[in-house]
Amino acid sequence: MWAILSILVENKPGILFKVTHLFRSRNFNIDSISVGVTQNPEFSKMTITTIGDEKQIEQIVKQLDKMIDTIEVKRLDDKKTVFRELSLFRVKVSKPSDSMEINNIANSFGAKVHDARRDSIMVALTATPEQINNLQELLAPYEILDIARTGVAALQRGGD
Amino acid sequence: MEKISGARSLIKALEKQGVKEIFGLPGGANLPMYDELYKSNIRHILVRHEQSAAHMADGFGRVSRRAGVCFATSGPGATNIVTGLATANADSSPMVAITGQVPTAMIGRDAFQESDIIGIANPVVKYSFQPTKATDVPEVVKKGFYIAETGRPGAVLIDIPKDVQTNEAEIPFPEEVKIRGYHPWTDPDIVAIEKAIKLLLSSTKPVILAGGGVIISSAFAELQSLAEMLMIPVVSTFKGKGAFPENHTLSLGPIGMHGHAEANKIMSEADCVLAIGTRFSDRSVGRFDEFEKNLKIIHLDVDPAEIGKNQTTSVAIVGDVKASLRIFVKLLMQKAFKKTEENEWLKHVTEVKQYWRDNLKLHPGELTAAKILRKLREVMPAQSIVTTEVGQHQMWASLFYDVISPGTFFSSTGLGTMGWGFPAAIGAKAARPDLPVVDIAGDGSFNMTENSLATSVLDNLPVIVFLVNNYTLGMVAQWQRTFYDRRMIGVDQKQCPDYCKLAESYGAQGIRVGDLNELGQAIKAGLKSNVATVIDIPIDPEEDVLPFVAPGTSLKDMILPS
Ligand SMILES: Cc1ncc(C[n+]2csc(CCOP(=O)(O)OP(=O)(O)O)c2C)c(N)n1
Repeated sequence: MWAILSILVENKPGILFKVTHLFRSRNFNIDSISVGVTQNPEFSKMTITTIGDEKQIEQIVKQLDKMIDTIEVKRLDDKKTVFRELSLFRVKVSKPSDSMEINNIANSFGAKVHDARRDSIMVALTATPEQINNLQELLAPYEILDIARTGVAALQRGGD
Repeated sequence: MEKISGARSLIKALEKQGVKEIFGLPGGANLPMYDELYKSNIRHILVRHEQSAAHMADGFGRVSRRAGVCFATSGPGATNIVTGLATANADSSPMVAITGQVPTAMIGRDAFQESDIIGIANPVVKYSFQPTKATDVPEVVKKGFYIAETGRPGAVLIDIPKDVQTNEAEIPFPEEVKIRGYHPWTDPDIVAIEKAIKLLLSSTKPVILAGGGVIISSAFAELQSLAEMLMIPVVSTFKGKGAFPENHTLSLGPIGMHGHAEANKIMSEADCVLAIGTRFSDRSVGRFDEFEKNLKIIHLDVDPAEIGKNQTTSVAIVGDVKASLRIFVKLLMQKAFKKTEENEWLKHVTEVKQYWRDNLKLHPGELTAAKILRKLREVMPAQSIVTTEVGQHQMWASLFYDVISPGTFFSSTGLGTMGWGFPAAIGAKAARPDLPVVDIAGDGSFNMTENSLATSVLDNLPVIVFLVNNYTLGMVAQWQRTFYDRRMIGVDQKQCPDYCKLAESYGAQGIRVGDLNELGQAIKAGLKSNVATVIDIPIDPEEDVLPFVAPGTSLKDMILPS
C-alpha cells in the first residue's frame, strides 16, 4: 500500500537526518521525500510517500509522532489530497521525426518542453507520480538520457 | 545581569536541577566544565572508563527515578559512552550525558578528538542537543532533564563545544521550558479501561503480564491491588521481574527464553492477558505469531508507538501505568466487584506452580546456580538492590533469586550489555547509600568493567560482586553445546585473572568460597564491609540454564532439564 505522510517539523539543522534515519533504523521504506519551509519560517513541511502494509504504516506514523522534533504527523487520504511531483526528462532525438512525436506526447500530458536541441529535448511535467510514470513509459522508446524527480508534495484539499 | 561562562551556567543549571553527583572523566574538550565543577558542591565520581560513567549514571537513574548524569570529553571520551547511552535508552532509564566538543569553528574539519557524537548517538538516545551559544546552555539542560525523565524515560545527550563553554554572556535561566513537539502526558483512557475490565472479567484464563513499565512508574501497590482484587496470576517479563513480590501466592515469575517453567506454561494456556508496560520483546514472548494465537491482549503502555508494534491488541490503553492502574482499581471498586478466591483456573495455576517448584530437575553438586542464588536471597535483607551482568548468571538470578521488595532488581535487558551490572551497582549505591547493593556477575562480564573497583573503593561506594564464576563465557558456551554440537570456540576464560587478588590490588576485598556455608559468611562479610567485596564462587562450567525457550520457537515449546 502506498501512503502519503505530511510531517510538520521544526525548521532546524539535522531534522531531515533524524527523520530519514528513523526510516532506516526501523526498517521502513521511503518511496519519495520532499521538504520545504512553510509560511511560518520556524517550521518545515516534509512530504514522505512510503509503501507498506496497514500495520507498518500505522507504526511509521506512531514512530514519527513520537519524535520530539515533529510537530504534527498526518497520513493524507489521497482522495482528499492534491499531490504533485515535478519531473524532468531529457530525451534523445535520433531522427527528425522524434522531435515532433516527443512534443506530441508531452502535450498530451500537459507537460512543457524546454531546451529543445538537435539531439535531445527536455520535458517537464508536474503531476501525480502515476501520471509521471505513464509519461516515462511513453518516452522510454526514444531513450531517456537523464531524469530528475522531486518527490511528492501534498496538501489536503480545503472544505473538510 | 552578570556575565558568566557557558560552563559556569552549565554547572549552575545542574545545581538548580538538584544534581548531587556526576560520574565522569575529564579531557581537553570538557576542561572548562570540570573547572567549574571544582567550585561546585556537586560530587564528582571519577571513573576509569567512560562506559562505566554512563552505566553508573544509568544505575543511579533506575534506582532514584531521576536522571543520572555523566561527563565525558569529546572524541574517544564521547564514543566510549555510546554503549552506555544505548543501554540506558533501550531500558527506558533516565540519563543525561554531557560531552565536550571541539570549538564550533573546528566542527566538521576532522579536528583533533572531534567526533560527530550527535550523529553517532542519534539512534540510541531519546534526544540530543548541541548548543551553539553560551546563552542556550541552561535552557538545553532544563529541556534535557525534562525529556530524560518524563513519558517513557530515556537517555539524553548534551554535546557542548569548547568555545560555548568558555564564552561569557548574560545567561538567562528559564524557570519553565516548552517543547512544541513533545507531549509526554496523556490522560488515562477511562473508556479503554472499562473495556479492558469487561474483557478480563469475561475471560476464563486471565493473566497479568507485568513489564518494566510497572517498575519505571512505581505502580507496585496499584498492581498488587489489581491482582488481588481480581485474583489473577501475575507473570512478568524479565525486565518486569520484581514488579510484583515474587513470594506472593499469585506470582509466577518471569516468562520468556529463560523464564520460569510455571510462568511459561500458564502464559501459553491463558486466554486473556493484561500486559502492562511491556514492549513484547522477542525474548519474553518467543514467536510473535504463536504468542497472540488464541490470546486476547490488553496492552497498557505510556508509549503509543508500542501499541501494535509487536503484537495485535484487543484493547489498547495509552497512558501512565500508575495513573491508569489507579483507575482500574477505582472502577473495580465502584462495581463492588467481588473477587473469586476459588475458581478452576486459579486452582490449576497453583497446581502447575507447585508442580514445577517441586519437580524442576536441578544441577547436582554443592555450589550450583540454584543453591548459591537461594543462599544469596536468604542472607540479603529484603530491600537490597540487585543489579546483574549478562549471561547465564543473569538468567539464574531470574530463576532462583526471588525479588521480594518490588522495584529492587535491575538488569540490562534491552541491549543485554555485559559489564553493565558492576558500574550500575555503584551508581545505585550512590543513589541509595543506605541500602545493600549486590551485582550478580559472570566472570566474563565483570572482566569488562572490573576497573570500576577503583571508583568503588576510592569514592566509598561499597557493593558486593557476587561472582558466579564458571571461567567461561557461559551463555555462549551453552549455545555452542546445545546448537553447535559442542564446537567450543572463543568462550574459555581460563583461570585469569585471579579475582581475589584483583580485588585486593584495588584495595577491595576478595573472598573465594568452597561451600554454601562459606558463601553465607562471605555475603555477611560483604554486607558489613566498607569496601567492595568480590565473592568468587567457582561453579561447574558445564552447568546449563534450564528451562530454555530456543530462539524462534514459542513459550509452550520450552526445553526442560532432562
Ligand atoms: C558487550 C557484550 N558482548 C558480548 C555479548 C554476548 N554475550 C552474551 S552472554 C555472554 C557470556 C557472558 O559470560 P559471563 O559474563 O561469564 O556470564 P555467564 O554466562 O558465564 O554466567 C556473551 C559473550 C554481550 N551480551 N555483551
